[in-house]
Amino acid sequence: MTRFSLTNRPLRRLTGALFLGFSLLGLAACKDDDNETPKPTTTVADPEPPKPDTTVANAKKATVATYATIAYATYSDALTAAQTLHNQALAFVASPTEAGLLDVRAAWKAARVPYNQTDAFRFYGGPIDDATTGVEGLLNAWPLDEKYIDYTIGDPTSGLINDPAALPSITKTTVEALNEQGGETNISCGYHAVEFLLWGQDVSATGPGARAFTDYTTAPNAARRGQYLTACTALILDHLTQVRAAWAPGAAYRTAFTITMPTDSALTHILTGLGRLSKGELAGERMQVALDNQDQEDEHSCFSDYTDQDLKGNEQGIWNVLNGRYAGTAVTVGTSIIEAVRAADATRADALQVATDDARTKTLAIQAPFDQEIIGADAAPGRQRVRAAVLACRAQADQLVAAARALGITLVL
Amino acid sequence: MFLTSSRLLLVASFAVFGLSLSVVSCNADKDVTDAVGFVEDDGEQFSGGSTTLFDATENAFNHAVPGLDSDGEDRFVTGNSLFRNNWVTAPATTTARDGLGPMFNAASCSGCHTLDGRGRPPLPGETGLSSMLVRLSVPGQDAHGGPLPDPTYGDQLSNHAIRGVAAEGEVRITYTETAGQYPDGTAYSLRTPSYSFDNLSYGALGAGILLSPRVAPQMPGLGLLAAVPEAALLAIADPADLNGDGISGRPNYVWDTEKQQRTLGRFGWKANQPTVRQQTAGAFVGDMGITSALFQAENCTSPQRDCAAAPTGNTSATEPYELSVANLERVAYYSATLAVPGRRQWQDAAVVRGKQLFVQTLNCAGCHRPKLQTGTSDIEPLLAHQTIRPYTDLLLHDMGPSLADGRPDFEATGAEWRTPPLWGAGLFQTVNRHTFYLHDGRARSLEEAILWHGGEAQRARDAFTRLSREDRAAVIKFLNSL
Repeated sequence: MTRFSLTNRPLRRLTGALFLGFSLLGLAACKDDDNETPKPTTTVADPEPPKPDTTVANAKKATVATYATIAYATYSDALTAAQTLHNQALAFVASPTEAGLLDVRAAWKAARVPYNQTDAFRFYGGPIDDATTGVEGLLNAWPLDEKYIDYTIGDPTSGLINDPAALPSITKTTVEALNEQGGETNISCGYHAVEFLLWGQDVSATGPGARAFTDYTTAPNAARRGQYLTACTALILDHLTQVRAAWAPGAAYRTAFTITMPTDSALTHILTGLGRLSKGELAGERMQVALDNQDQEDEHSCFSDYTDQDLKGNEQGIWNVLNGRYAGTAVTVGTSIIEAVRAADATRADALQVATDDARTKTLAIQAPFDQEIIGADAAPGRQRVRAAVLACRAQADQLVAAARALGITLVL
Repeated sequence: MFLTSSRLLLVASFAVFGLSLSVVSCNADKDVTDAVGFVEDDGEQFSGGSTTLFDATENAFNHAVPGLDSDGEDRFVTGNSLFRNNWVTAPATTTARDGLGPMFNAASCSGCHTLDGRGRPPLPGETGLSSMLVRLSVPGQDAHGGPLPDPTYGDQLSNHAIRGVAAEGEVRITYTETAGQYPDGTAYSLRTPSYSFDNLSYGALGAGILLSPRVAPQMPGLGLLAAVPEAALLAIADPADLNGDGISGRPNYVWDTEKQQRTLGRFGWKANQPTVRQQTAGAFVGDMGITSALFQAENCTSPQRDCAAAPTGNTSATEPYELSVANLERVAYYSATLAVPGRRQWQDAAVVRGKQLFVQTLNCAGCHRPKLQTGTSDIEPLLAHQTIRPYTDLLLHDMGPSLADGRPDFEATGAEWRTPPLWGAGLFQTVNRHTFYLHDGRARSLEEAILWHGGEAQRARDAFTRLSREDRAAVIKFLNSL
């Protein structure tokens, strides 16, 4: 797998010649409709956007290149880890044992680590969640309709696995086709489907689901369950391959994003994605909602009790892009967004650095299992930790909006 | 006194300058909309008053009103989650999100209100309804004066069901094109839908079945509309058309489940829901099969035994239904606090011209009221005392036989529809990638939507057809700026 590792200086030197040409595009982009958007009269007048100078324009252009590099590296790691997951699943299904099941579970957890960081590339209609070709829902749909897939408590025959008449042959083609049935967004595969097939329903107050490996040996439809599991892990590979390909060096999408598209448009996409992940999705959907609902299993990786890692991975993904540094199987470094902001407004850059470091610290402080962390009185230490992370991620988004303004970009999160 | 002189000034300036509106734009803060004068409306771009949010991207409909406090933001976020994510079959590990169906039209609110936007009929080649539904009833009224549900299929056709339960059937829409022509010779074509049913699982529909197809409307601004004082709406109403403008405007009075009495209807295509909360709970049970304190029974009829036998998502002894009171409140709050998008290009000369035609020349504003004031809000204080530009009166109007569904809904006759708000109407393409309008999405453009208007709007529609091609385009451009 090719790796793209570089420091700021060589990146600038390598591509410096291009920057002069593109700074004109950046200027033109400042005149789009967004800048004519009026503000409610009640708000304080915004400071004048800085005059684009060569340094800022160069840095902005370089951050877009860094972003693409990090996106490709992260999806590459996600694909590699998913390949291991698939291989482990195949080995387990071929010869199911207790130890084998634990191996697949470990591979699933390892596969989530890079994938969770790729959420930083969502929320602007990019390759992962393009309105027509996006596969995010197929990879990561939540919550999962367990009963649509397999037996559940009190209903030993529910689910497609136990219904050969409805699904005679289980292959990735037939399983993928089910995604459109019974409700247009009823997703029957993805990471959480695999999680369910490995752990089973979580009915425990204290631990994760406890599916027995005999579900793949002596239980009814054991062979079909194995086919379903490996069909889903194979589909994860297909979908990740598709997204990774869009970010590959020389790929049409990456070229359009980093070269053809005006820098300010690309940066608007990048910053919108980070801001929406930080505020609406991570602080909101994934943490505050769970705090608010106080429902033990209102968490994204509810079968494995691995939700805290989802949260930490999401925040790490944001931190990676802001700091221009991704530490995966290799270390990828490039001109960061914070550096670009610094070129325009050092105070804003410092504030963003503090905010993202704080969001990372507060998110990392959340303890596993998340479903125990959220219950109890508001003063409970766990709820306090999650609430602190919520506020830190919101603050991170607010600083992002302010920093974007320093770059001449209006963000509406 | 000042108001009067300001009006005189306006009239005078029209007399002298014709349409040079910029001349009077400094007159600012006075609302001078009336039956005669044109609109001078400083701040007209703020469609939702100070709760307006300016975003013309695909996210235009999904922002909270600016300025929510921390508690409000938290409630909005939870409501958003429950609105956006799928509900799943019970029993599931995610107990707060199970109980889908047994019968349903969509697995989530966002399944039809995609990005909090507007639904549409199937495109050519698509089968089945994905973001619209067909309401059903048989002749007569229920105990509260509402529609009488079909004894077997209930009050709407559910085209999906959980595994193990048969969905009720699927709707098939076919269209007949009718060519028409403007007085200036420009040709157009309108498509008239007709409805049939495939795979009806529970036998025939009831005798004299009545149908009302309805697309999912866009979400922003519901809380503002809820905060318009009832007295203000009744003041606009003119049921007997005493002013002789050909436009009546009648309030609908509908059953309020919580108050157990008939109250003014505001929401839905026939103003058949009185509050955002009841609208929300009604959609949960009717469209997704999610029960709540307001509607505790699953939407299974007595002949549907497999439906009635399916497990429910009830897990609480104190709240024996699928959506807790707290979560219903969250979704209702979310629905009420989605910010109205601000206008684009409101100063463009053609847009200004289009607005003048819309308001004054054509009197579209006789129903599509450009401006209303909100009073207090029992949902969110930010929504109170706002000057809003919804382009609706929330009243019922006879729209003529071509648009009639023939299905009465409380006091709405089979030919009456509520004036739909027009804010956001120019953003359907951006948010939802289509330009289908009217209750059943038959109009493929704003122009076709206007041409379908009949009944009380026949005069306005005919006047529109007599406009020059350029002026017609200006009206459309104005609507697209909303």
